[in-house]
Amino acid sequence: MSAFNAIGADQEVDTNAFTPGVEPRATWCPGCGDFAVLKTLKQAMVERGKNPDEVLLVTGIGCSGKLSSYFESYGFHSIHGRSLPVARAATLANPNLEVVAAGGDGDGYGIGGNHFTHTARENHDMTYIVFNNEIFGLTKGQTSPTSPKGHKSKTQPSGSAKNPIRPLEWGLNAGATYIARTAAVNPRQATEILVEAMDHDGFAHIDFLTQCPTWNKDAKQYVPYIDVQDSEDFEFDVHDRDEAAQMMRETDTRLHQGEILTGRFFVEEGRPSYSEEKRQTGQMPDEPIVEQYFDDDAEWKPSADLLDRHR
Amino acid sequence: MTDTELIWRLAGGSGDGIDSTSQNFAKVLMRSGLHVFTHRHYPSRIRGGHTYTEIRTKATPVQSRGDGYNFLLALGDSFARSPDEDAYYGNEEIKPLVENLDDLRDGGIIIYDEGVIDIDDVDAVLDTSLEELAAEHDWHVYPLDLRDIATEHGREVMRNTAGVGATAALLSMDLEPFEALMSDTMSGNALEANLTILEAAYNQIRDENEIDHDVVLPDGTHEEDPILLSGSHGVAYGALDAGCRFISGYPMTPWTEVFTILSQHLPEYGGVSEQVEDEIAAAGMAIGASHAGVKAMSGSSGGGFALMSELLGTAEMTETPVVFVEAMRGGPSTGMPTKPEQGDLDHVLYSSQGDSNRVVFAPGTIRECYEQTRRAFELAYEYQLPAIVIIDQKLSGEYRTVPDSVFTESAPDPDPGTVLTEEEIKDAAHHASGTYLRFQYDADDGVVPRTLPGQKGGRFLTSGNEHNPAGHISEDPENRRRQVDRRRTKQEAIRETLDETGTHQTRYGPEDARYGILVWGSQQSTVFEAVDRLNETDDSVSALGVSEMMPFPESDVVEFLESVEEAVVVEMNSGGQFRGLVQRELGAYGDRLSSLLKYDGNPFEPAEVVDGVRAVITDDPSEAPPTTRLEPTKAANSR
Repeated sequence: MSAFNAIGADQEVDTNAFTPGVEPRATWCPGCGDFAVLKTLKQAMVERGKNPDEVLLVTGIGCSGKLSSYFESYGFHSIHGRSLPVARAATLANPNLEVVAAGGDGDGYGIGGNHFTHTARENHDMTYIVFNNEIFGLTKGQTSPTSPKGHKSKTQPSGSAKNPIRPLEWGLNAGATYIARTAAVNPRQATEILVEAMDHDGFAHIDFLTQCPTWNKDAKQYVPYIDVQDSEDFEFDVHDRDEAAQMMRETDTRLHQGEILTGRFFVEEGRPSYSEEKRQTGQMPDEPIVEQYFDDDAEWKPSADLLDRHR
Repeated sequence: MTDTELIWRLAGGSGDGIDSTSQNFAKVLMRSGLHVFTHRHYPSRIRGGHTYTEIRTKATPVQSRGDGYNFLLALGDSFARSPDEDAYYGNEEIKPLVENLDDLRDGGIIIYDEGVIDIDDVDAVLDTSLEELAAEHDWHVYPLDLRDIATEHGREVMRNTAGVGATAALLSMDLEPFEALMSDTMSGNALEANLTILEAAYNQIRDENEIDHDVVLPDGTHEEDPILLSGSHGVAYGALDAGCRFISGYPMTPWTEVFTILSQHLPEYGGVSEQVEDEIAAAGMAIGASHAGVKAMSGSSGGGFALMSELLGTAEMTETPVVFVEAMRGGPSTGMPTKPEQGDLDHVLYSSQGDSNRVVFAPGTIRECYEQTRRAFELAYEYQLPAIVIIDQKLSGEYRTVPDSVFTESAPDPDPGTVLTEEEIKDAAHHASGTYLRFQYDADDGVVPRTLPGQKGGRFLTSGNEHNPAGHISEDPENRRRQVDRRRTKQEAIRETLDETGTHQTRYGPEDARYGILVWGSQQSTVFEAVDRLNETDDSVSALGVSEMMPFPESDVVEFLESVEEAVVVEMNSGGQFRGLVQRELGAYGDRLSSLLKYDGNPFEPAEVVDGVRAVITDDPSEAPPTTRLEPTKAANSR
């Protein structure tokens, strides 16, 4: 018998099941885009038929990192930029878990950029939500990797001389197999995308545009969005890498001209997830590694089996 | 039983097969009943550059590399040659001969490859001739064209086999054990060629020389079946038998050895190995795997471990069990990549923010590498905190004979530590919202049982921020105090557990000795050999090898220090880090301690310890060996 009965349990849940007794208003400012992420994530879990016990949410640091406090599930509030290594190891240890990692643009595209590149490259079966509000919020408004060139802040008083990160193209180049951008102002689309991302068997990267009402009042996230899937102006094949790349390039350029395009930008189907790849090539057992600790019939070979080569 | 010993030094260029050749020779010695200890000296270079391996062999267990050596096989550095032209770069190819003469004992043997080493170049560099030096030191020199023998019967790279054949001839060894070993590891043409070369060199030495020297191979038999392996194997196999089924790492010398061994075997043991983008990811992944319920390990060497330190603190704060290995090399920064030093003790004890709450072991032998890695896992998973095993470049890479019983009696341990079953979760305390109270205040030994993601009813939040019993971020002063106190309680509980189950300090020498030596980690057995020599001349010295660093084994060390008048702390660093730890833990004993320090990239030789300790005993610091530094008591304690 599995030691993890919660996994796959057929249980009626509603969004209340994902609501702990802690109020997000404790730390998130009124009007913050993070509320939308929280709400849509809960809704997506319900639509996926998940119960809180089979979900592991790993977060980084900053306002976005507090998501794990306001979302009822197994939660690991890690440290700045490091949510991905913690999360991806969990997918290897127990592939049956619904693993979601979340962090902000500084957390995910700055300090955690190296991990983002390599987690995407490995195509771990997990969902990664980056709250992108183009600012460092919790540290009181410094320039972030997605802030536009020329952005002025206390640490860049003359304006940033750096071009902003282009997250979608980065994710594509690194090897993410599901890439989408959505916005707090469109919870319906955000929920749909989160459900798809979790359904996707591989690394799903969601650049979630949020607004920071306190430190980034100029944020474009307040302007209306255009859904690239709904608009006839943006016809492209989401499964075609080249067309997707072209679309992402255009979209990231438009973002900094004040026009927000959201939707699915790239979906690669059929590529095995990292765990699957490792299992197929004999680098990992078929059963979840964690299960053997609770399986009375598991075979535990001693290291003494290796001693003949030392005689 | 005699104290006859052979210390065979094989010198060449990196890439000349020094490592594999010496390991095979060591195995032949072991199979013929002898005990073996190997010492590696190599540069941070892939091909070329002077490198050597020493094999010290005796009828009784060997504690250290010894002092000097009595048999040199100098292959010359074949990679000093330009592959395009037959020219040499400077005189690097002769270094494996000329740079090894200082330590060769009187009466010793030299074989050198006259196909690579030009004797005129040697004489020019020596300022005198090898012949004169040999006469002066009674060395027996046997030039042999190993290169010619190798190319005639096989390929040039098989020069090392010719050298082994010549060695066997000079030591009157049978070729059969060599042939048997070669058959184990080679086949086809390669085997054929090597066997021919081995015999050709053997016969040529026998035919062309009258052999008259006093270097003999000792005679011995093993009481228990021996195996030949390194400290890295001890750590890796200890992890396997502790139930470790996840390793993540980034290559860095010398940690790579443990990482490589486990990467080769984990899949067949039902586990997984991950080479990742950096040491931060490696540490984070070990934590993630452990959080999900798998016993996990990561590790690095000094600089890489520095990157891991923020996640080390995260493991402490989130109470995630995990084991890290720190294989030290010379520091700071990238320091000396292939040379040993015990310079990271402070780093391992205190790195990361806040108060340290971890377990730190420093094994001193291969057996301890195995046992303490297992113990590190037991304690980490029982008490939900990180445990660190410190080794160094010396211990990780030295091969020694040990009885196979060190391993065979130990079955793997599937116990995941303090984890609740789903049945137990039902009866456990929960927050009103349904969250399991993972960090409740009241817990024996400070440990609240874990639940694992995916378990029904066990969900909780953990955080690198200070958190309340439900895992939510809290800056409440009372909560802060209670959580810190609870986590801290683990240190006392672990100390009690260690005391009850038998501590790992090793006392060596007479109980009533007048002087003491405190030593830790890889220098332990060298010091024990020195203790024997000191007592032979009535110096009355005893040693304590300390291998538990945190929690500190106060009673063991106090008992030892109470039993002697004064003690010398022997360690491979310049700051006296272990002495600092002892003084910090046992302030009152500080004025009885002095330090014998070595930090030139080479481990202590027993004679250096003997002379250094005598310098303390005779209160004459000028008697300390020039390779070491003696830090006298008063100067050190006036700070």
